[in-house]
Amino acid sequence: MTALAITALNKSFGGLRVTTNVSLAVDPGERRLIIGPNGAGKTTLFNLITGELAPDSGNIALFGRDITHTPCRQRAHLGMARTYQIITLFQRDTIVRNIMLALLGLSPLRWNAVRDLDAQHALSLGAREVLRRVGLDHIAERPLAQTSYGERRRVEIAMALAQDPKLLLLDEPFAGLSIDERRDVQQLLLAIPREVTVVMIEHNMDVALELADRITLLHFGEVIVEGTRAAVVADPRTREVYLGA
Amino acid sequence: MSRLGPRTGAWLLAMLLLATLPAWIGNSYYVNIASQILIWAVLALALNLLVGYAGLTSLGHAGLFAIGGYAAAMLLGAGYGHLVAAVLALLVTLMASAVFAVLALRATGIGFLMITLAMGQILWGIAYRWASLTNGDNGITVASRPAPFGLSLSQAPAFYYATLIVFLLALASMAVFVRSPFGASLTGTRDQARRMTALGYNVWLIRFLTILCSGFWSGVAGLLFLYYNQFISPQVVALTTSAEALLMVISGGSGTLLGPIFGAAIVVVMKNVVSAYIERWNLVLGVIFILIISFMPEGLVPGSVRLWRSGWHALRGKSAPVSAAGSEASR
Repeated sequence: MTALAITALNKSFGGLRVTTNVSLAVDPGERRLIIGPNGAGKTTLFNLITGELAPDSGNIALFGRDITHTPCRQRAHLGMARTYQIITLFQRDTIVRNIMLALLGLSPLRWNAVRDLDAQHALSLGAREVLRRVGLDHIAERPLAQTSYGERRRVEIAMALAQDPKLLLLDEPFAGLSIDERRDVQQLLLAIPREVTVVMIEHNMDVALELADRITLLHFGEVIVEGTRAAVVADPRTREVYLGA
Repeated sequence: MSRLGPRTGAWLLAMLLLATLPAWIGNSYYVNIASQILIWAVLALALNLLVGYAGLTSLGHAGLFAIGGYAAAMLLGAGYGHLVAAVLALLVTLMASAVFAVLALRATGIGFLMITLAMGQILWGIAYRWASLTNGDNGITVASRPAPFGLSLSQAPAFYYATLIVFLLALASMAVFVRSPFGASLTGTRDQARRMTALGYNVWLIRFLTILCSGFWSGVAGLLFLYYNQFISPQVVALTTSAEALLMVISGGSGTLLGPIFGAAIVVVMKNVVSAYIERWNLVLGVIFILIISFMPEGLVPGSVRLWRSGWHALRGKSAPVSAAGSEASR
């Protein structure tokens, strides 16, 4: 069974075709890297996969189940989690509160209006465990407004990891990080168990290549090249549209 | 933990003052003013659920406030008892809130504001123009206040205590609500609606249920208002009522539990007390609001906490982590 199967997906914004007949098959446990120049339609593809945008035509299946018309929020309950290229966190809360919200999203407890959230120890312990995985447990109680950009990038990833996803979508997890921070995030992503399928958009080839099993190259909304890491990197069309001569 | 913290002490003192207010204030005119403050505070607390915690600004809450009062007044006029009238009036308010929610939640921000404004004006139009139903400009008079458990509420202190109990119930339920997982979900939809959806939350339903909750307490406030005046007229449904309620929330401090209560106190005192001495009391109210917005843009309660702390730190010669401390205290 395929983890993520996309068939003939199309999306236009007015006259602009941002996703053109895209088909994609990602195996369970695979690490898929999606590359392409700016405006290639990578983030739009992510928004179609998560359901934040509805496609004009085509199908999306998650582990054999057609989710083309499943609302975005239900895809989270089916085991899909994502991070954002532009950091999308809860600025007024502490780090641990951010992670607790991610855990709460999949729990029926989220509808409870009478119990005290701070007294839900299972939830806060779970959140701390996730923070330990990303190396932020020592500053769990820090308000997000007082954290550095690199720490926020890791919170961004931790929120997705907290939901224990089957399919993890990472939108430029290395964006804006220093070399040291990139190494940290790389280690963090390498430690994700193989039960999780990972699809990642990334520009930083030096850190991203090491994570990828297969690579898909998008250009003007179309899949130009697809194959193993070595094959795509060696392909002349990759050099032409992306890596530069 | 036998020693009381300053916070608990302040709460106990406030409770003691509120519970003994008719005894030390004496004059029933001022007891009535206190009742009015509590009634408006319930409405402001209800509106604050939307404005402060959901990030949805409504300019139609006078409609939800008045529809409960009008429904009860009509039912009482038709010969129903107080309990039946009150329960049915709250059901009518809930239904009206549901209609408000379904229509207004097609948008957020200014769109939400305009739709709630339009619906509030429709209800005002009905109250004002549909004279066969609402008695138009003359309004509806209610013969008597209820006497729960045989206790008459006709005197000012008795009505004050009834209002105080309802007010405390509203405050307690909201204190529990905002600390609950659902409350956290709600503020999450205010701050990052997109991420909340991706995390598996039903943002629309969270907002819908919150509007119902806000509508319910607005209806309760409307019932209290009806019984306080024993009269209701289209003036209550007017846009100025919605705007005043919003001013109470924003001036006191939206998204805080105590802010709307202080906001309600300022507006009611200005309208009733200051207006007796200064003809242009509206001008004074306006100046006060400008001062609040200028020096405490976050509202009177969180703003005072911030100024108090920075003053305290300045006294002790430390540099104050002003903004962080202020926002933390306003939770």
